Amino acid sequence: MTPPQRKRRQPDQDHLPPLPSVPPAPEHGGEEGDNKNPERLYVISGSDGARAELDLVTLIVARADPPPSVTPEQTVLLRLCTAPLSVAELSAYLNLPFSAMTALITELITAELVQARAPIVRQALPDRSLLEAVMHGLQKL
Amino acid sequence: MDFKSSDTIPGPRTEDHLPHTAQAAVKIVIVGGFGVGKTTMVGSVSEIRPLTTEETMTQAGIGVDDNYGSESKTATTVAMDFGRISITDQLVLYLFGTPGQERFWFLWNGLFEGALGAVVLIDTRRLEVSFDVMGRLEERGVPFVVAVNSFPDGPRYPIEELRTALDLSPEIPIIECDARRRASSRDVLMTLMRFLHSLAMSGALT
Repeated sequence: MTPPQRKRRQPDQDHLPPLPSVPPAPEHGGEEGDNKNPERLYVISGSDGARAELDLVTLIVARADPPPSVTPEQTVLLRLCTAPLSVAELSAYLNLPFSAMTALITELITAELVQARAPIVRQALPDRSLLEAVMHGLQKL
Repeated sequence: MDFKSSDTIPGPRTEDHLPHTAQAAVKIVIVGGFGVGKTTMVGSVSEIRPLTTEETMTQAGIGVDDNYGSESKTATTVAMDFGRISITDQLVLYLFGTPGQERFWFLWNGLFEGALGAVVLIDTRRLEVSFDVMGRLEERGVPFVVAVNSFPDGPRYPIEELRTALDLSPEIPIIECDARRRASSRDVLMTLMRFLHSLAMSGALT
């Protein structure tokens, strides 16, 4: 039996309706990049929509106990991240969509209540020592 | 006042806390069709019980799904399971299992762009569902390896036959695995890391 054969996509043969690979710009403008989806949930955020560039794996650490001024969600968040937790984990534990989570965290960063530890992202030339560290870590599994 | 302790707040178990020294995280994306074993693979190597992050997508249905003719706005909740592996006291690795449809990838900032690389998990019973994924990763310049999750009732193809069928260049690793087994899933991740390392080495020499 022969497996089915993949045919590479040719750009000029792309007769399908265009996929929303670059979604239309959000109506509210702001500091949104091109790759954001419109109509994010801002409900929980009271901010003007400006958000820090938070990745799924940005580590969030509380810098202070929750002051009375923050919302109940932010109080829970601050208690959760007394030890470092990724934005993805916070989103999972608080059962909030990623976009709502980033809005919430951005407010806390602005208020200097949490610290964000940026992830190491892939570069054109990956850092070999980083790759070797990950390999050593996996070997211990 | 008696303070109700953290058992009322959802959160990690005490043993799942990262050390305060954790400075940065990296991520690897496991991508494949529905039911191919992404969550199984994440779960088999993760040090924490796999978690789920969700995003809500609200947009007009423009023929990208099976609901042709439906032009109305629909809200779709897209879920992504993930797990975690502590590499050192400073470094954490996260693994995300994501659906193959590219339109979902934009819901999470830089899901692929920031990742070290990707594992394309395939099922030989439904090889064709992964064709599009590989094309899109190639277009985005995301390095990936292909892992064949061995299902007992799936057809077995020689690796080189698969390579031809998938139209993959010789340097891209293709390995068989059993996503249920930790050692096997770990080997898949190691294969990806060795591939990334070889890319880094060859890049350094040019």
